[in-house]
Amino acid sequence: MTPSLIIPSRRQLFLGFFSIGLSGFGGVLPQAHRMLVQQRRWLSEEEFTELLGLGQILPGPNIVNMSIAIGSRCHGVAGAWLAVAGLMLAPLVIVLSMAVLYDHYQSLPDVQGTLHGLASTAAGLLLAMALRMGTKIERHAVAALLAVLTFIAVGVLRWPLLLVLLVLAPVSVLLAWQRGRTGARS
Amino acid sequence: MILLLLSLLGSFALFSLMAVGGAITLIPEMHHYVVESHHWMSGQEFAALFAIAQAAPGPNVLVVSLIGWKVAGLAGACVATVGMCGPSSLLCYYVARLWQRWHASPWRRAIERGLAPLTIGLVAGSAMLMSEAANQHWSGWLLCAASTVLAWRTRVNPLWLLAGGALLGFAGWI
Repeated sequence: MTPSLIIPSRRQLFLGFFSIGLSGFGGVLPQAHRMLVQQRRWLSEEEFTELLGLGQILPGPNIVNMSIAIGSRCHGVAGAWLAVAGLMLAPLVIVLSMAVLYDHYQSLPDVQGTLHGLASTAAGLLLAMALRMGTKIERHAVAALLAVLTFIAVGVLRWPLLLVLLVLAPVSVLLAWQRGRTGARS
Repeated sequence: MILLLLSLLGSFALFSLMAVGGAITLIPEMHHYVVESHHWMSGQEFAALFAIAQAAPGPNVLVVSLIGWKVAGLAGACVATVGMCGPSSLLCYYVARLWQRWHASPWRRAIERGLAPLTIGLVAGSAMLMSEAANQHWSGWLLCAASTVLAWRTRVNPLWLLAGGALLGFAGWI
């Protein structure tokens, strides 16, 4: 039983992504899911998962990729532009206003202290995100090894990302393909 | 100025195509670019910009806009954002159509499964670099560890954690 999906007009597309952009703190994906699938029914659950997977595979910001895919599906190039513009406009204005204030007052000890506290907490949130992702990793020694290798190369040895990706990405995909084949046979 | 903007645009356009798993995975690369090789800001300022981006509503990619702004003002913010989103968006526009057609392809599944562990490693690397840049004293590390555990183990809204951290910092404890 699938309730029929709604194809948004151009105006709705812009306004919908505008509200997604404004609503999310520290990442907008949960909010995007609630709005796109549950409230406005522009996407089914499967379509959302599919687009999320695509956004994670392609380089670039996940939510921007997702708005491109949804916008272009509804209204072609214009739809893609409208969705991304809606998503980015308000947050960009807000964050730049905050930056101007920061620049103006950053020499004040109170502001410096506040930002130190904020920065340490933000780093903690990022560590928690890495831990959560780590516990959801595929239960396979090869997958775990590749995650650790990537971490060491980028986080500890500080090798250039391009080099790391050019070596590890093809290796990892090939190994995953092999895992898939042996998994299908057994 | 024009040269600076072009250099920003080119660098972020390249980063855009390397951002497997989102803008967050680029933190070590961006840190190297703006802090270590060009000295446009200190590591602490880099951490502060990241914190501001996290405390504001909107997608994580905004940290890129802030970095561009710090380097070259409003024009820098625009150029960095466009560079970061442009190439990947163009790619996504064309691949999104093919992706549905490849629904049953074993290669599609292999790409998904193969890139997932890399993304995790990259996010962990970013988290480590960010912690080093953000935490100046033991009190910072303590706050960082506490917010890690709370965000990982409980369902508390991250905004409350950020507010609490800001308050502790304002009180001069961090």
